[in-house]
Amino acid sequence: MPLSTKPTQHCKPLTLGVGGGLPCFITIGLAVRHFISFDIVIMATVLDIKLKRATKVYKEGEVVAGTVVIESKGECSHQGVTLTADGSVSLQLSSKSVGVFEAFYNSVKPIQLLSQVLEIAKPGKFPSGKTEIPFEIPLKAKGNKKLYESYHGVYISIQYSLVADMKRGMLSKDLRKDLEFLVDFNHGDKLKPQPLDFTLTPENLQNAKSKSNIPKFKINGKIDSLLCNITDPFTGQITIESCSNPIKSMELQLLRVETCGCAEGYAKDATEIQNIQIAEGDVAHHIAIPLYMVFPRLFTAPTLTTNNFKIEFEINLVVVFKGDMVLTENFPIKVTRV
Amino acid sequence: MHAHYDYSFNLSSTFRKPRQRNYAFEKSKLTSDRKNTTSHPLGDLVKPTIKAITQKKPVTKRKPSTTPNSDPLGGGTDPLSMITSSHDPLSVLAVGGNESGSFSKARSSSIEQKADRETGIPLWSDLKSNILAKYTTSEKLSITTSFLSSRGGDVVKTVRQSPATVSDKMKNRLEQLDDFEEGSVKEMLNLSQQDYVKRIDELNKALITAWDQDQKVKALKIAIQCAKMLADTSVMQFYPSKFVLVTEILDTFGKLVYNRIFEKSTYKPAGSTKSVQLPADFTPDQVPESAKETCRNWFFKISSVRELIPRFYVEAAILKCYSFFKPSEMSDALSRLAVMVRGIGNPLIAAYSRCYLCRVGIIINPRQKDYIKKCFGDTLLTYHQIQSPSVTQGVTKQNISMSVYLTLYSPAVDWILMCMFDDCDDVLFDDILKQVNQSANSALLLNGILRSAKPQSIAKKAVIFIVLIRECEDTGFPKRILYNSLGSRLSLADPPESDKLKILNEVWKFITKLKEPSEYVACAETWIEYVMKHFGKKEMNTVLSDIIKHLLPDRAFEEFYPNLLTIMAKILDHVHNYALLFSLEKFMSFVDLFQKDSIKIKAAKIIVEAFCKYQLESVNDPVVISTVMYMCKTLHDSVNALSLDDEKRSVSQLINQFIHKVDYGSNFEQQLNFYVDSRANFTNLDPVMTELVQCVNNLSITTRKVVRGNHSPKTSAFVRACSAYCFITIPSLDNTFIQLNLYLLSAQVSLLNRCLSQAEALFKAGIAALLETPSTMTVDGKAKSSEGFVVQYIQNFLSSLVIVPDNPDQGVLILFKGLLNVIRGYQFDSGETVRVKLYLAVLSSLSAISQEKYLYHVDRVESNDTLYGHDAKFLGEVEKLSVTVVDEILNHLKTLTEGFENLKVQSHVSLLTFEHIVAYADLADEAMFQLAKNLWSLSQKHSYADSKQVTKVMTLLKRKAESNEHASKLMKKING
Repeated sequence: MPLSTKPTQHCKPLTLGVGGGLPCFITIGLAVRHFISFDIVIMATVLDIKLKRATKVYKEGEVVAGTVVIESKGECSHQGVTLTADGSVSLQLSSKSVGVFEAFYNSVKPIQLLSQVLEIAKPGKFPSGKTEIPFEIPLKAKGNKKLYESYHGVYISIQYSLVADMKRGMLSKDLRKDLEFLVDFNHGDKLKPQPLDFTLTPENLQNAKSKSNIPKFKINGKIDSLLCNITDPFTGQITIESCSNPIKSMELQLLRVETCGCAEGYAKDATEIQNIQIAEGDVAHHIAIPLYMVFPRLFTAPTLTTNNFKIEFEINLVVVFKGDMVLTENFPIKVTRV
Repeated sequence: MHAHYDYSFNLSSTFRKPRQRNYAFEKSKLTSDRKNTTSHPLGDLVKPTIKAITQKKPVTKRKPSTTPNSDPLGGGTDPLSMITSSHDPLSVLAVGGNESGSFSKARSSSIEQKADRETGIPLWSDLKSNILAKYTTSEKLSITTSFLSSRGGDVVKTVRQSPATVSDKMKNRLEQLDDFEEGSVKEMLNLSQQDYVKRIDELNKALITAWDQDQKVKALKIAIQCAKMLADTSVMQFYPSKFVLVTEILDTFGKLVYNRIFEKSTYKPAGSTKSVQLPADFTPDQVPESAKETCRNWFFKISSVRELIPRFYVEAAILKCYSFFKPSEMSDALSRLAVMVRGIGNPLIAAYSRCYLCRVGIIINPRQKDYIKKCFGDTLLTYHQIQSPSVTQGVTKQNISMSVYLTLYSPAVDWILMCMFDDCDDVLFDDILKQVNQSANSALLLNGILRSAKPQSIAKKAVIFIVLIRECEDTGFPKRILYNSLGSRLSLADPPESDKLKILNEVWKFITKLKEPSEYVACAETWIEYVMKHFGKKEMNTVLSDIIKHLLPDRAFEEFYPNLLTIMAKILDHVHNYALLFSLEKFMSFVDLFQKDSIKIKAAKIIVEAFCKYQLESVNDPVVISTVMYMCKTLHDSVNALSLDDEKRSVSQLINQFIHKVDYGSNFEQQLNFYVDSRANFTNLDPVMTELVQCVNNLSITTRKVVRGNHSPKTSAFVRACSAYCFITIPSLDNTFIQLNLYLLSAQVSLLNRCLSQAEALFKAGIAALLETPSTMTVDGKAKSSEGFVVQYIQNFLSSLVIVPDNPDQGVLILFKGLLNVIRGYQFDSGETVRVKLYLAVLSSLSAISQEKYLYHVDRVESNDTLYGHDAKFLGEVEKLSVTVVDEILNHLKTLTEGFENLKVQSHVSLLTFEHIVAYADLADEAMFQLAKNLWSLSQKHSYADSKQVTKVMTLLKRKAESNEHASKLMKKING
């Protein structure tokens, strides 16, 4: 705590002031409040949650084990400590697809996946110093729901967290600490790679504006599998066989396609997650350039289709020619976790 | 006062009578029985230490096993290298202290790499300084970064503690990112090269500071921005240097990341509950999950870097962290990164990227080679890129020639090949050669091979290489560079005997055709070594004459003095037969090329130094001597009043060494002539003059030894000549003290050789020189009073004078009287006591002179004892002298009457004199006895006598009293 040393000096007169008489408290209300906030810092009880597993990643059915840590300088009385495990899918409608107002009002109710409350300590006192209270929470979805994989998207996010609450008396604020943990969703079945060979030429361009100033090129490529394990990188290779214009850059773009269903129909939006350059400058021809992209954690999850929402992924191969002409090839992929 | 009266009667009867002595008898009495000893008293002490040393030796000298890979000092995966790289105390310091920037870093890494050297792993630091020196630019450079604040002190935001949630943490980090990106990314334009280097150093410091303040994201950002600089080839000539500078920062970053994770990983050894630090040779399964997680996070973060080049470099920088995972992950990563470079279009950037990968890889995983092969293979495959229009356009735009552009590749290509050739056998070598030939027979790659492969492999195939060089495609990479590389390799390893001449012929055919003197000199500089090493007189002469022929027109040589000096140094390194070398007709003409004075001196110094170093035996070849003499003369003439002392000393030393090497054997006269010549040539250097006098004295003594003391008329004339040489030479010295010593020495030598008049002249000169002695002398650079020296010198002189026979043409003891006059007149700084001591020494000598038979003689020289035969008249002279001296002493005592200090001195001096009388005077003589008694009472009068001195004197008296009745009488008188 950066403020821990200095305030100690300020704190003495303060406690006297508060204890000495109420009038004083009122007249210098602002200043005192300022001091009181310090007071909390010093007298401070710190509430923390520590997980045994360093990765903080769990699967459904596993037990989240850890400790709730209470650290206080003096004795600390409280009205009970609880620990809540929460998990929910929050959905938001894109203003692009349904309009600003509707987006604001119609945000869909979050879907609760997990909710468990645990009493950590009954009302009482914690001794001065560090108190560690171990806990274990089995991960089990609510009702007949599944624990989907943690995912942070633009319109959809699936989040799990542990929240520790300490209720305290009149004078002190209640303490709260929350900690996100991650859930992996295992599909379990082994992957059968779905390789794809492709060739890009001006002839198989789709929405070119004018065919006249398109450079001549032939680009061969291979994607090792369109069915991807989330822990493995997306791989493949690409070879420039011929190209009349020099190439400026080649990139792999990872897109998420999020679909939210609601009463008024559904909204589908594709947004970029990340863009990875795989070639820079006018690369040599006839040599296979590797395609390689690691799926970023949290921002990717296994492809998911439910009644209410869908999370899907796509990859764009982007070739930028000198003169900023851009060639894009789209590959929908399916992400799973094995 | 009273005291005064007492003395007046005391000192009235001052005359001195020496005691008669029988030296042989005294000697026999003094000599105790001696027997041979079997054990040395210090033997026990000495022996064990010797033993300890001899025991230690094999330990320190034990060589690491020869196969590089099984060597315990090997690279990455084995234990010791982990220590060197992660626990290097210097690097820890560098990480800890913010101020220690890249310099200590560089140092520590070089130490680290030194450990690798023994394993044969190529050494990057060797290459590094070369690159920095070679690839420079005067163009303006620019840096794009947000971390170099032109706004002054960097306002470092304190990182908020323990953000509550992951998203909070992320927000915090994003804020950090925004902080850097909010328009603070600046392009610094128009930086000179020095500025640029300075800025990069600042970046390095900023990186370490950020890391220490726990701003990991900022540190990563700095690393990424640095790596980004390598994507910029706007000033191509500087690119290799930029690569060196920037990768240094990346190395720092890699080390920081690795060390942090390593420090944080603790594990519980089996059977123990306490966590301990990971051992240096940890295995992946010992690494705790949390460390792996941190590690993985780093790699995740880096894998999401958008741009290819920074992503490549930063991942390569922290590749070592893969050692926390399974071994296969590291090798996979190396291979993957090797292929990733294919995406870099600019061939220059790609080449250096591969170079960096190899550089990192060979340290962390020296056993893996496939990625290096891949790098090399890709280099070959993409070689044609260099000729692609986009590259050539860029090159012409920057106004550099294709050949200059190609040389920019050298360090990178060399390094990759060096890693390739590290630990490679002949088969692989041939294979690589074939690959290069087939895919792109380019001079650049061939040059890389020439510079990187082991010299032995090259030397074996030298003839093939020459053919390859001749035939390789000329893409603008100059062939002379190829020949140069070949030459420098051949100077390290010898080609087969049968090929030697063929190689020389082929190569020189090419070299001699080079028109541009600078190119010619560069080649000649490398190849001269080969010629000097393997060939004889004829070839050397030819090559030298070729060099002269090329450089003489238009006085071209004036521009290449440094190169010519190297050529000279190389010649002298290899040819140690100076008779042969100096007799080469072209060698001297080559030396004549050094016409500028300062250069001429340098050349002379090189020659003389080499001569002194390699000429182990003495020489008498007139050609050699006259050549070296000439060089020494050049050196000598370079010294003037403005020269530094050090320079003078080193030149003198060289010349002295040369003088010592010259030995005409039994031809003494020629030797003396040589010394005469030397004296004429080296007049300005005191040490040389001193040396010459010593040499001549030595020569004179050698002559005496040869004739066993029986000088023939011829030899006696010769030794007289030697004495004369000394007599003439000594006065030219600046330093009076050396003069004094040399006078005495030469006089003694002359006396030994029975050159009486010469000896007398030298003694006289010595006495005269004493008068001019300065009062201070410098010893080890500090000024010191010369009194001690003078006193010692006079005492030494006196004992020599004892045996010098008087010159019948002059009075008795003329030298002695002269010296006495000097003593009388000399200005002593620390007071009169010194003079009294000297007088006492004179009295001792006089006592010796008045003996019937002297204590020592010079062989075949009649001293005064035989000359005068103990004649009364002579003794009277001596006595007269003694009386004068005693009077002087007593007069001095008279002056010491008042004051505590004076009385103390008086007591001291009188005791000294008393002691002297007891030791040397005849106490049977009543006057002497009385004098002694009076002196004693004077010394005791004010009870200031030093008790120690009294005891000493009393012991002497007691000993005397045992054999001498007068002494015992005196003792009784005193005690009673």
